[in-house]
Order: sequence, then structure tokens, then C-alpha cells
Amino acid sequence: MELFINGEKVNIPNEVKTVAMLLQHYQLDQKVVIVELNEVILEKAQHQETRVTDRDKIEIVHFVGGG
Amino acid sequence: MLKIGHYEFTSRLLLGTGKYPNFDIQKEAVAVSEAEILTFAVRRMNIFEANQPNFLEKLDLQKYTLLPNTAGAKTADEAVRIAKLAKASGLCDMIKVEVIGCQKTLLPDPIETLKASEELLKEGFIVLPYTSDDVLLAKRLEELGCHAIMPGASPIGSGQGIVNPLNLSFIIEQSRVPVIVDAGIGTPSDAALAMELGADGVLLNTAVSGANDPVKMAKAMKLAIEAGRLGYEAGRITKKRYATASSPMEGMSIG
Repeated sequence: MELFINGEKVNIPNEVKTVAMLLQHYQLDQKVVIVELNEVILEKAQHQETRVTDRDKIEIVHFVGGG
Repeated sequence: MLKIGHYEFTSRLLLGTGKYPNFDIQKEAVAVSEAEILTFAVRRMNIFEANQPNFLEKLDLQKYTLLPNTAGAKTADEAVRIAKLAKASGLCDMIKVEVIGCQKTLLPDPIETLKASEELLKEGFIVLPYTSDDVLLAKRLEELGCHAIMPGASPIGSGQGIVNPLNLSFIIEQSRVPVIVDAGIGTPSDAALAMELGADGVLLNTAVSGANDPVKMAKAMKLAIEAGRLGYEAGRITKKRYATASSPMEGMSIG
């Protein structure tokens, strides 16, 4: 499956079916990250149930140092 | 006590988390500053380097209130999106609205700041807009319902200190919500002056992170803000043109 994550085209195994599984795939499941799927911001509780499908546009953001 | 929305804080120093030499120094600087509010930015993650260290993970989040900013936004819509992303972390409901209108001066765009603040208030955020030292704009932001007003002392990261103490004092006098002087602070005396003018708090980053010894500067800022606040509460003497003796003139044993 082809996804666009943070503006980059990436290939993901088809076993990855949900946002939670996608985060596990990238070993981000224990991190503080926020996910936006096709311009819809997801609450953390929605990660388990939200499905990812071919050609989805995903943003994965986090907190960095700033003033 | 500094009250912002439903929050109460003992410390009046709000500390930024950008540009420290390393995480160890940063952690110690944060600790000695005794700041309770820490600002962060929201950025894309490098998903291919999941193990890169992140300062947030090194903090006891029970001890700190996160104040994410909308830095990077040039429009109200961009700021609102960044704020919503930050809130979706489930870690915070406060937002520093920062909509930059000029890349050279990094001065805030007043109209977009006002629009973003209005929208975020409707969405239930605790809204702290970073604004210029314009007195009427500060008033308009307060009238919208912003929970604190954060006028800049001088351009972000410039270390020029308070370039317009008169405007700042007008903003402080008129405001019924906390006024936090944000940006441009260079030295402890700048921070103390802000507090002596009656500011409710000071937000700074580069003054500490860019100092030769950030940990020592963090301590200096903490003390300066406490000293400035105490001075404000104590009430300064009025300035006089000529001297007034401190020692009595009666009972002199000469003449």
C-alpha cells in the first residue's frame, strides 16, 4: 500500500490496517505523536479504530523545542 | 499566584524549550528556573528515526503545564490547525497563538492573530496570544475573551529588552487578564523591569538557551522575576529632582 506521510511517498505492508498499526510499524506507538489523516486530526483514542487505505495523506507531528 | 484560565501557577517565569546546547543543560536550566509552564513547537516528525531523543520525553509531565505555540503559522487558519494538532495530543488545552507577519522582524500579524484567537476561543482553548505592544490590539484581544495577553518587549530572539515601556505599562494598566511579556528579553534586568512595570509574568527562551551558561542564566531570570514582582508589590518611591537625606539632621555631635 502506498501512503503519503509528511509529504513523502512510502510503501507500507498491507498488514498495516489502522493508524495504531502504522505507528507500531514505525515504532512510534510509545511516543507522543499526533496524527492527521486526509486533513482530519485524530484523537489518540481514534488511532485503534481508524483505518488507513491506499494513497491516504498522513501527517505525523510531535512537540519539539520552541519558544 | 498567576491565574490563567482554570490554571494557577506559583512561578511567573514561562520558559521556552528551543535552541539549548544539549538536553542535559536544558533539563538543569528548566529545573533551576522553577518554571511551571514550558513552551513547545509542533513539527513534522522524522518517522524514519523513531529513536531520536525528544525533550518532552525527558520531562515529568505531571510537574509542567505545556504551552504549545503556533509558530510557523502565517495565517489564522494555519494557526488554528497547529493548535488543534497540539490539543489532539491530549496533553494540553492552552495555546500560544503566534502568527508571524514578517520574516525579518518576526513581528506578529495583528489581524490574523485576532482571527485565530477568536476561533480558538470558540473551540474551547485557553488562549494566550503573542502580540505586538499595541495597546488597542491588546484591548481587543482581551474583549474577545483571551485568557492572557502576551505583548512582545522587542523582536523575538533580539535581546533588545523592553523598547517601549510606556506602551507596555498602558497595556498592563488596562488589562483585567494576566499580561505576560513575551519575546525580546535579553538580561535579568529586562525581566525585572517587566515585572516592576506590573507584568504578571515573563516568557523567554533565547535569553537563557543562548547564554554562555544557560543554567546560571535560568537562575538569574528566576530571581530577577521574583525581585521585580516583589518590587512592584512593594511600590516604588516617587522620583524627586533633588536629594532627600536618609539620616536625621537633629542630634549632630559637631558644630
